Amino acid sequence: MADIGIGAAAVSSRYMAQVQRKRLYSGILLTLFVLLMAAGFNLAENRNAGGFLNGITHIFDFPAEVLHEAVRNHANLPALFAQFLPSLIETVNIAAVATLLGALMAVMLALLSTRGLARYPRLIPVFRRTMDAMRAIPEIVIALVLIFILGGGPVPAMIAIAFHTTGALGKLFSEVAENTDLKPVEGLASVGASWPQKMWLGVIPQVAPNWLSYALLRFEINIRASSILGFVGAGGIGYDLKTAMQWGQGKYDQVIAIFLLLFLTIVLVDQVSDHFRNRLVKGRPA
Amino acid sequence: MMSDTGSGALRAEVGALFARKRLLALAAPTAILLYLVYVFFAFDIPGIANRARMDNVRILLSDFWTYKTHVTRDNRSGDVIVAIEGEAKGTYAPGQLPDWVRREDGVTRIDLGQGHQVIYEGAGARYTVPGYGEIEIVPEGRALRLTAPEPLPDWINASDTRVAVTTDQGRFSFTRNRTEVLRYQPGWELFFFTLDSPFYGKPALQLASLALWGERVDPARSNIGYMLAEFWTNKMWRHGDVVWALFETVLMAFLGTIGAALAALPLAFAAASNFAPLRSVRYALRRVFDFLRGVDGLIWTIILSRAFGPGPMTGAFAILLTDTGSFGKMFSEALENIDAKQIEGVQSTGANALQRARFGVMPQIMPVLLSQVLYYLESNTRSATVIGAIVGGGIGLLLTQAISTQKDWEEVSYYIVLIILMVMAMDTLSGWLRARLIGNKG
Repeated sequence: MADIGIGAAAVSSRYMAQVQRKRLYSGILLTLFVLLMAAGFNLAENRNAGGFLNGITHIFDFPAEVLHEAVRNHANLPALFAQFLPSLIETVNIAAVATLLGALMAVMLALLSTRGLARYPRLIPVFRRTMDAMRAIPEIVIALVLIFILGGGPVPAMIAIAFHTTGALGKLFSEVAENTDLKPVEGLASVGASWPQKMWLGVIPQVAPNWLSYALLRFEINIRASSILGFVGAGGIGYDLKTAMQWGQGKYDQVIAIFLLLFLTIVLVDQVSDHFRNRLVKGRPA
Repeated sequence: MMSDTGSGALRAEVGALFARKRLLALAAPTAILLYLVYVFFAFDIPGIANRARMDNVRILLSDFWTYKTHVTRDNRSGDVIVAIEGEAKGTYAPGQLPDWVRREDGVTRIDLGQGHQVIYEGAGARYTVPGYGEIEIVPEGRALRLTAPEPLPDWINASDTRVAVTTDQGRFSFTRNRTEVLRYQPGWELFFFTLDSPFYGKPALQLASLALWGERVDPARSNIGYMLAEFWTNKMWRHGDVVWALFETVLMAFLGTIGAALAALPLAFAAASNFAPLRSVRYALRRVFDFLRGVDGLIWTIILSRAFGPGPMTGAFAILLTDTGSFGKMFSEALENIDAKQIEGVQSTGANALQRARFGVMPQIMPVLLSQVLYYLESNTRSATVIGAIVGGGIGLLLTQAISTQKDWEEVSYYIVLIILMVMAMDTLSGWLRARLIGNKG
């Protein structure tokens, strides 16, 4: 009996000690974290050309200047929209083709590297490492090297984005495929289906909604990537933006037209893909 | 009778369904194919075959893992300079020439290996190619006189003013102003120490013994410290600057991602329907998130670099702004999906709003939150490379600069290797943190 009484008091004090220790640890961690953030920010500011306090007062200067000029020349805007529409289409095309090709390759790699489905189970680690490597290489690296070989234009950006997309989607696809029900595959195997037939008829129907949803999300990401690669010299609307920016004052109506086109496209694709992804994954409209 | 017509109708219906499915199964690949055909012409793929510079591919493939040494003679003064990559910082001192270049009494003998030999003598030069013969060039007045076995093979390119010979062992060129031999050798030369360093050219074992127990080269400091300093300040490869650039890139990603998460968290509470009763506030915040996300990182980068100038802080803010939008949206969705019972439980003990959020809500959304933040941290390391190329900071800038000179390809491959290692390291780190913090769920 006495045992329990002492035990309760001991447990309670031990619990309080534990809570206090936990609080102390989280406190120390939090302080460290805050210090790290502050130090990092300080360092970043020191290595920046302009300071933070200096810059923050001017943050609206450039948008104001651009807007001012755009408002003055607002009559030009419709014509500018028409002028930049082809490059916008190019940017979207780069993203779309890269997503399409990347997704097709990702399907192959994902099926080859999923346990239980792989055609050559021994090669699973090889395919996985391939995807890891493809994911790790930033698009700009491939794009810049390809620009040197192929010259500027949409193709280097397309290949670069497709390459990265393959790695990124391959991993996600393979994670989805790991959760497939193997019964249809076994059923197909029992009637003598070949590996492509088993995959096409047994696996793809199960995973298609999730895969499509991931591919749509990638398309969204790839539009941004293709616009930013354009700025580095790979064609599309990013390249036009760069030329307009280099020109500077007097071309700001072009800058605003490109900003607007890009913004509207991204928002539109965002909303549309959000809607379809909700329908694909949850089976109902968003 | 009834069932017969019924099954007939059913069969027709199923038949129609199958026909439609088959049509759809055929239509999707056809649409994709048509689209690809359209893009094939829109991107001018046939034209790219003509524009592609296959010789550039060769340059890339060889320069990624080899270096070249220039042996250049100024034909007016007769001075001979031996320099790695033809750069001033890679120039051999007169008494330090590599063993395949010998200078005696104004005659320079260059041994290119495999029996290939070039001799600079007088005003002219001779190149001996085994299995072909001797190529001799002597300047005569304003033109060059070439003596070589006829017919001239296609690897000799000769005109009155310039003779160029390209073999597997190297390149040789002769113009009125200068004579030059380029020898290609495998490896990244001067990667550790430059020519002016006391440690240049010593084998690894000797270096190790020097570092551990050798006599001090510089009495003022230890050998190992001297070596590290020489390596860190290597003028050819600039290891110190490169490490700083890598660090800057990671810093951009870290500050941007964590800053965005910290900014988005309180905003997400105000944008979640179960925490913010005011519809208008919710609606407005959602539009703010959409706006932040919709204005692409590229546009934020441009606007911010106008205010803050080039550098890592600008890049960090560009990432921060874009991701505040993404995080705000995701966090508020996560908040809307939480279980209200835990909050009620905490509330029943008399907790105020802040305590309810801390003890009732945060434990529920923490796993989702952390896994998203860590995923973004890894992905933003890659974005920071691109953003760095635009705002002028980090490894992205070094990479674009090295590529735009179009000759330092071994530096390009060095940076590429480092970038990949950096991304993989961040990937591993974020995976490890995720496993430690929230278990193996994500």
